[in-house]
Amino acid sequence: MTSSAPGAPRRLRTGQTRTLLLASALILPSIMIIFGVIIYPLLRALYLSLFEYSLTKVSHPFIGLGNYAHILSTPAFWASIERTLYFTLVSTAAELVLGLLVALLLNQEFYGRGVLRALIIIPWALPTMVNGMMWRWIDNADYGALNALLTQLHLIPEYRPWLSTPMSAMNMVIIADVWKMTPLVTLLILASLQTIPRSLYESSSLDGAGRWRTFWSIVFPYLKPTILIVLVVRTMEAFKVFDIIFMMTRGGPANGTLTVAYYTYVEAFSNLQLGSGAALSYLIALFILGFAMIYVRLLQTGDN
Amino acid sequence: MASSFTEHRARAAGGRPWPRTARTLERAFLYVAAIAVAVAIMAPFLWLVISSVASGADLLARPLRWLPTHASFDRYVKIFTSMQPGESAFTFRHALVNSLKVAAGSVGISMAVGVFAAYAFARLRFVGRNALALLFLTTYMLPPIALVIPLYLIMGHLHLRDTVSGLVLIYCSFITPYVIWIMKGYFEAIPVELEEAAMVDGASRIGSLFRVILPLSAPGLVTTFIFSLLLAWDEFLYALIMTSSVNAKTIPVAIAEFSGAHMIDYGMMAAGGVLAALPPVLITLILQKQIISGLTAGAVKG
Repeated sequence: MTSSAPGAPRRLRTGQTRTLLLASALILPSIMIIFGVIIYPLLRALYLSLFEYSLTKVSHPFIGLGNYAHILSTPAFWASIERTLYFTLVSTAAELVLGLLVALLLNQEFYGRGVLRALIIIPWALPTMVNGMMWRWIDNADYGALNALLTQLHLIPEYRPWLSTPMSAMNMVIIADVWKMTPLVTLLILASLQTIPRSLYESSSLDGAGRWRTFWSIVFPYLKPTILIVLVVRTMEAFKVFDIIFMMTRGGPANGTLTVAYYTYVEAFSNLQLGSGAALSYLIALFILGFAMIYVRLLQTGDN
Repeated sequence: MASSFTEHRARAAGGRPWPRTARTLERAFLYVAAIAVAVAIMAPFLWLVISSVASGADLLARPLRWLPTHASFDRYVKIFTSMQPGESAFTFRHALVNSLKVAAGSVGISMAVGVFAAYAFARLRFVGRNALALLFLTTYMLPPIALVIPLYLIMGHLHLRDTVSGLVLIYCSFITPYVIWIMKGYFEAIPVELEEAAMVDGASRIGSLFRVILPLSAPGLVTTFIFSLLLAWDEFLYALIMTSSVNAKTIPVAIAEFSGAHMIDYGMMAAGGVLAALPPVLITLILQKQIISGLTAGAVKG
């Protein structure tokens, strides 16, 4: 655009060609990486998902959409979807509510606020697997700190195996996830809280609005775009939850924490059914891409 | 600086301060809440650190002693010195080194490649620019579970399973799109005029990229670099599927395997966990300002 002078069509064209050449040269290495480790594998998975491809068998017959049809008619798949939705809804809701409350707290002036704001980033920085290991140790049935704390406070009469019943295990995994991810939500909401002009609060209090009303009429509308983005991003993340489940429960007990990503992992790498595993992974990817499109839309409307 | 509700309420009542007891109560509530949050954040992590230095007997005591009677850094020393293959301390050390190699390699390649692509997307106008940029963003959002099955087969054909280079290659699949997406934003924020001025002075586009744009976006480069390192350090699923020995096993895989064993040395596990957590936690605390602005840049309009 700079090398092409106005009113010089030939130079303009060479300018455009040069720009295209330069752009290609700059982008090509990235394209090669993306093609090699994403596009090609994705196509390969699509192809694979059309076959009955078992690692334990020699022949891999073509079955068309058979894998997809089979998955969609398997109750275990729908049960894993249900668990994933439970995990997604509860953890995202908890992170949003807690994150909002802590952000409102950090937006007040008090002694030590800076320190608290520095500390709050620690859970987020902890590697996911370390977080899972830490909570598994805290929730330990025989020596766990949670049992020790609750019995010493006389809140429970004796030690409990927190990770040994399906529902309780799922909730423990959710607690671990919420502990790690709430700080991120807090920081995002806090950042947008700080963009609210001071004069807005003042005019609202002059109108005699109470704190509750000030929040809903002034603060919340300001936070809405951020909250929407947090919702979409956390939903996407939660839907593909795998690491922390592997660490804390390995999908158990009694499949109580077997989410859809874990279900796919088991199908492909324990049952060695790569074809049906690939079909499963396609279904997950489609769902996530749907959410990604919403996310991109949100970012774009935010820009305008 | 930040607008506090309390102040404005005080001013709202016609400049009259609130009744003193109500204000004191409110301050008290604020501090109680702040302390509760601080405890909720710190207690679990502190317990992990305590567990890593407490003696085995302390950890298995009932009722539990919160402060260990015997504490030592023996487990850390063991991790750094163990020469016994098969020992968990030995595995941890190799896993830490592998994690470092994989993170350095994949982030190095992704930055070298991605920064130029990001520049092209931010500054050059060419056919298919938007579609291509969107493609890169979507690939970043793909879950690893969608790619791990074909990658497992491909890496097998290439004889790259259980190698550091194999993991480096795979990690580029999510770090490169990330670098492109974030750096594109930083480049777009730099005024075009600065670059044009350099080009009027005779610098080529590439010359001005190196002499004007990159120095100006140094903070962005640092933030992107750090976030990419964290991404690589945290990754688990690919490493779990692709690695099987201390050749390439990364720290998340070592921790997962160790905690799946029948006889678990909880203290050693905690020590491994603390060591794995230390680099990201320290980096994040030291570079807090950049990290927070990087975290909020994409999501918050202000």
